[in-house]
Amino acid sequence: MKVVVCIKQVPDTKGGVKFNPDGTLDRAAMMTIMNPDDKAGLEAALRLKDQYGAEVTVLTMGLPKAEDVLREAIAMGADKGVLVTDRVLGGADTWATSQTLAGALRNMDYDLIITGRQAIDGDTAQVGPQISEHLDIPVISYAQSLKIEGDSVIVERQYDDRYHVLKAKMPCLITALAELNEPRYMTPGGIFDACKAEITVWGRADLKDVEDSNLGLKGSPTQIAKASDKVRKGAGEKVSLDPGESVDYIVGKLKEKHVI
Amino acid sequence: MDFTLRKEHEMARALFKEFAEKEVKPLAQEVDETEVFPRGTVDKMAKNGFLGIPVPKEYGGQGCDPLTYVMCVEELSKVCGTTGVIVSAHTSLCCDPIMTFGTEEQKQKYLVPLAKGEKLGAFGLTEPGAGTDAQGQQTKAVLDGKEYVLNGSKIFITNGKEADVYVVFAVTGMIEKRGRMMKEISAFIVEKGMPGFTFGTKEKKMGIRGSSTYELIFTDCRVPQENMLGKQGQGFKIAMHTLDGGRIGIAAQALGIAEGALERTIAYTKERKQFGRSIAAQQNTQFQLADMATKVQAAQLLVYKAAMAKASQKEYGFEAAQAKLYAAEVAMEVTTKAVQLHGGYGYTREYDVERMMRDAKITEIYEGTSEVQRMVISAALLK
Repeated sequence: MKVVVCIKQVPDTKGGVKFNPDGTLDRAAMMTIMNPDDKAGLEAALRLKDQYGAEVTVLTMGLPKAEDVLREAIAMGADKGVLVTDRVLGGADTWATSQTLAGALRNMDYDLIITGRQAIDGDTAQVGPQISEHLDIPVISYAQSLKIEGDSVIVERQYDDRYHVLKAKMPCLITALAELNEPRYMTPGGIFDACKAEITVWGRADLKDVEDSNLGLKGSPTQIAKASDKVRKGAGEKVSLDPGESVDYIVGKLKEKHVI
Repeated sequence: MDFTLRKEHEMARALFKEFAEKEVKPLAQEVDETEVFPRGTVDKMAKNGFLGIPVPKEYGGQGCDPLTYVMCVEELSKVCGTTGVIVSAHTSLCCDPIMTFGTEEQKQKYLVPLAKGEKLGAFGLTEPGAGTDAQGQQTKAVLDGKEYVLNGSKIFITNGKEADVYVVFAVTGMIEKRGRMMKEISAFIVEKGMPGFTFGTKEKKMGIRGSSTYELIFTDCRVPQENMLGKQGQGFKIAMHTLDGGRIGIAAQALGIAEGALERTIAYTKERKQFGRSIAAQQNTQFQLADMATKVQAAQLLVYKAAMAKASQKEYGFEAAQAKLYAAEVAMEVTTKAVQLHGGYGYTREYDVERMMRDAKITEIYEGTSEVQRMVISAALLK
């Protein structure tokens, strides 16, 4: 069984967010982590490795330094890493990203593709399902549990107030929720191996069956009008009053601010 | 000369830091307060390979270098001195001598499960009358058939009752050395549960209160002949070699405690307001913090240098002694200043620096007091 996990190096939002003049994220200037949903997807794949001996390959698109996130995945137990990096791929939105990853995946053997539900830097949840469309394979999104039965996967797909149990024949794509599991730590020995591991690096020329018009900033239908960091609110004010007084207090404040 | 860490060391530090913050820090205060050995944490460390970091992969370890191991003890000790010394005693004092002096059979039988973390290790050298003076050993081992019979006791043993495998030293005879009769000391691998091996009282300590410090008692304890570690009479050499490595582990523990206290003090002095401004805005605080940080950095360089020496040199006792001496004294000084800068709050058990100051003291005492380190260093200078 071969599993490919798509992972993304995302800004560690604890370290603050920085932007380029064109409104895209200045990834080179930020501390980075493995996207949490993707990490849960990787853990799910590693459990399939523990249980069934699955071969786990991690795939990412990004700057050359995105190699770090692949080494982290290998230090957790993944077998191989593939980095897709090329100047012409920069500034990609979800459409161009999924086209790129699909172009890479067409070169790879897989029974199962796992992506995170969404990345904490974009929060679109579009890339996973789009990849499945490009590759013409089934997708089950929002997986809160995953098991294998013969040549199929059985997944609990999460909703706000319920979940559906779905079965799909492999090859297929699953998008994982962070709640799917508690990802394991890297091991010290795994880190030493990961630092020696050979990472496969692909550029534009290695992508299969993808038009130039679907790649990079030029191939991205999304236009960013404006982007900004969160504006910090003031410290606020805490008062302890009984319910009747509270209503008067709040109404008074709203009048003071000319809200009502 | 390049002080930049290699990629694998940066990643390993990030791993140990994350583990320490998530798994160890939340329990540190409780472990100190209740004096209960953190078995759950030890199990998690075992699962993640933290108990065999410098042991080669063919013996169940992680195949990393001494620097990686030092960083593990350092990061753990930043949040919990108890957890730091559990790893240090297990790795430096039990895995290391078996790895260095053990036969292939001993390595397969004992080192593999120790490095995998399936078993925990300890080291028994100190006796009521033999601390710094190892020649004062009273524990005896007499060959009877195919077994050695051990009688005596060992005190202040870290991981005492919680360990499974112990490297224990005992007198196996008398030999003449430079015209004087000296005790011949040998080392043995003793397993928990061997007949005649029991535990005495648990020590009630000032610091590292969760570390299970016990007396080991041997009453006609029968140890198979094949469990002698190294050759007969090699015990003193094994003990001294082991302590050279152990000192690097304790130096890393001391360094971590100092770093932890410094981090907390920087955060606290920025928050604490007196006379209308944060105490970090007072020049006294700034100068104190500058001195603390500079000494911590100097200690880190000595500790890392000792770890590098262990990786590349046959003898590293001098570097280990300097690292242990300096890091331990810095730990004591920095934690004391940290309590002072926390004021009255720092004296309460609600704040971590109170525990860190108590934990720091032992690093100036065990695995060779600061006075012994000065003896080792000066002996090398004057030889």
